[in-house]
Amino acid sequence: MSMAAMLSARRLIAYYGQAQILSDVSLDVASGEVALLLGRNGAGKSTTLKTLIGLVPMAGGEVVFRGERIDGLRPYQIAQRGLGYVPEDRRIFTDLTVSENLEVGRQPARKGLPAWTVKQLYKLFPNLAEMSARPASQMSGGEQQMLTIARTLMGNPACVLLDEPSEGLAPVIVDAMVAAIKEMKSQGLAVLLSEQNLHFAEDVADRAYIIEKGSIRFCGGVSELRDNDSVRSACLAL
Amino acid sequence: MSSIVIQFLNGLAGASALFLVAAGLSLIFGVTRIVNFAHGSLYMLGIYIAYSAIGWASGSDGPGPMGFWGGVLVSAIAVGATGALTEMLLLRRIYGAPELFQLLATFGVVLVLKDFALWVWGPEDLLGPRAPGLQGSVAILGQAFPTYDLVLIAIGASVLCALWLLLRRTRWGMLVRAATQDREMVGALGVNQKWLFTAVFALGSALAGLGGALQIPREPAQLLLDLSVIADAFVVVVVGGMGSVPGAALAALIIAEIKSFCVGIGQLDVLGFTVSLPKLTLVVEFIVMAIVLVARPWGLLGRAPGPQRVFAGGHEQPLQPAVRSALLAILALLAAVPFIANGYTVVLLIDILVFALFAASLHFLMGPAGMASFGHAAYFGLGAYGAALLVKAAGFPMETALLSAPFVAAAGAALFGWFCVRLSGVYLAMLTLAFAQIAWSVVFQWDTFTGGSNGIVGVWPSPWLASGSAYYYVALTLCGCGIWLLRRIVLSPYGFALRAGRDSPLRCDAIGIDLVRMQWVAFIVAGTCAGLAGAIYAFSKGSISPETLSIPLSVDGLVMVLLGGVQTASGPVVGAALFTWLQDTVARNTDYWRALLGGIIIALVLLFPQGIVGFIRQRFGRSGSL
Repeated sequence: MSMAAMLSARRLIAYYGQAQILSDVSLDVASGEVALLLGRNGAGKSTTLKTLIGLVPMAGGEVVFRGERIDGLRPYQIAQRGLGYVPEDRRIFTDLTVSENLEVGRQPARKGLPAWTVKQLYKLFPNLAEMSARPASQMSGGEQQMLTIARTLMGNPACVLLDEPSEGLAPVIVDAMVAAIKEMKSQGLAVLLSEQNLHFAEDVADRAYIIEKGSIRFCGGVSELRDNDSVRSACLAL
Repeated sequence: MSSIVIQFLNGLAGASALFLVAAGLSLIFGVTRIVNFAHGSLYMLGIYIAYSAIGWASGSDGPGPMGFWGGVLVSAIAVGATGALTEMLLLRRIYGAPELFQLLATFGVVLVLKDFALWVWGPEDLLGPRAPGLQGSVAILGQAFPTYDLVLIAIGASVLCALWLLLRRTRWGMLVRAATQDREMVGALGVNQKWLFTAVFALGSALAGLGGALQIPREPAQLLLDLSVIADAFVVVVVGGMGSVPGAALAALIIAEIKSFCVGIGQLDVLGFTVSLPKLTLVVEFIVMAIVLVARPWGLLGRAPGPQRVFAGGHEQPLQPAVRSALLAILALLAAVPFIANGYTVVLLIDILVFALFAASLHFLMGPAGMASFGHAAYFGLGAYGAALLVKAAGFPMETALLSAPFVAAAGAALFGWFCVRLSGVYLAMLTLAFAQIAWSVVFQWDTFTGGSNGIVGVWPSPWLASGSAYYYVALTLCGCGIWLLRRIVLSPYGFALRAGRDSPLRCDAIGIDLVRMQWVAFIVAGTCAGLAGAIYAFSKGSISPETLSIPLSVDGLVMVLLGGVQTASGPVVGAALFTWLQDTVARNTDYWRALLGGIIIALVLLFPQGIVGFIRQRFGRSGSL
């Protein structure tokens, strides 16, 4: 599987100040594949994603994206190479309207990749279409979550890093997330999905990584994980 | 009725000028988070360049070939280019440094630009040309109103509209607004912030240049404009809400109208007292700012900023034995100075001691207490004036006055600090600036009590302390005790609580620490020590002037602390010594000492973004207790 990997990270190490958060993270995501990053609170899921997009400096390891080393690049350079990032806390521009938020995410179309238009994204998230002129400060949490995904897709990414998109959302919104992830997958995008909610993630994911204390402890198919009670109770149960 | 209309129009003309310079500052702060002290210098440059570009200087009677408006345009473009160049060559390298270092760097730019203007245009005030065809006035409701001011109002309104369209209707404007809120996220979406920042700097600077150039028919170009304009612009930006262009327009309007009506109404009798409203114009904006910040801590149209960390604080530790012995050796050396050095060195050392205590007290606020003060000279000045007035007006003996004066400063710090500690970050710093400016203006205008701009002369120590070396020992003892006391407090349980509050305010709140009261006490402690420094200073000089509580002295204090390194307790002392010595040495050898000092500051910021002592500590391992 690593031969076809679009995004491939090896032995990532990262710190916040003096505290080591990531000690050994290696993972691969292939085109048209949804890879799941599971772990408890504080295991290093968000930090892994932030390290990949360049928001947290890497202290060691390497990242290859579409055949090119991207570790050490600035976040905007990584994003311009087609890696999209959807932050956990959404980070919507609340002073801007919904359509303006989408415009900020706009990047030129890339060869061989789906080119998203505002129209397509409104079709994928019909709620957004109805409020395109509304200031983002007046949206619900679920609507903001849709907007943050749509904004990242405006950059026409080849691979999307999704940080806990189901967190704190109503079931009906979670269904919309599932539909969106399936659409990305069908368009041939690679998706790295960080989650605590296994039930949501099982629906869409192909493979799973389990991270604990900053290192990857398990790597395998989702069905394999479902059957492996010992790993699940050791690394995921509260 | 007609005079009210005229006052209103006057206010609009003033608002237009204020808005132009404040809008640029607000844009720059919003996107880059840099508090650009050099913005006032860009305005000053705008006036000077317009003066030359219009061609008045060539000696002819009227504008040169470019004409008046051509000159104004050239000036705006040239100043915009200067701003862009400053961003690319200097600020771009230090976006990662703590905010206060960026501030220090922009202050270095202030000094360089001031001497550049001195070198090119000389020290004399330069009176520019009037705008052709607009020299006259028009009759409005039977009263004459300058035509040029009407044009100024129109230009201000047009720039507001143009900026609004630019920010609302273009992709660039959208990116600017998005970056004002969360620039990191804008980067993660693939936008190269480098050029966004440069462009914002160029636009903001060009607006400052335009604002300056348009004033050429109304006021002379002179070298003091930089700091007076930056103070005004800061106030407008803070009142309007940092990063908000409509906020800047609203604040400029309110402040300029109040000023205009103060001038228009003139004397006012209240309860038998005569209040001179025109005199109030020197402080009215600062009063407005104090009121607005207490009621709306983020300005009229501003938003609550995310959690701000002005800088990472240090981890002060008790002295190690080796360092303790080294300190004792230095003290012994200092005590021996009057026997081995000449009188000039002793006088310079008194200055250094005074400013070391002043800087240490400011460091106490900025480091352990986590509050940046832009107006710390207020307490230095209150101490100095307290000492002088206790001798002159109250007839105290000099010794009593010297020891009582710090309590005058403490009272001032208690009053001002009560308001300031309710804010945080840049807003807190601005409020300290406002209070310092109010204190300065009271001292400056109260001729009968404080001597006004002349100050107070004949403030000498008692005869037994009159010799240089005797007074040197007084200064050494008092400053040494003051610095020791400050350090003692940092290492006390109160100091621990203060530092805990700085590092995690929410957690402190949760474990029952009353952070606001802690910070208030810190404010008073720092004010008292600054007051002691001021009192020692007063008797060492024999005379004092309002400069002892002016903005430049506050800025000097900041430079000393940041030069030495805010993360270390010895930093401010080293910084004060270096700064005072540099100022003395450089000033004696060149007319352009400011530019040299500014250049040194810029070089130091680029080389040692952690300050000098911070650098030494980092480079040579943790001696831990420096």
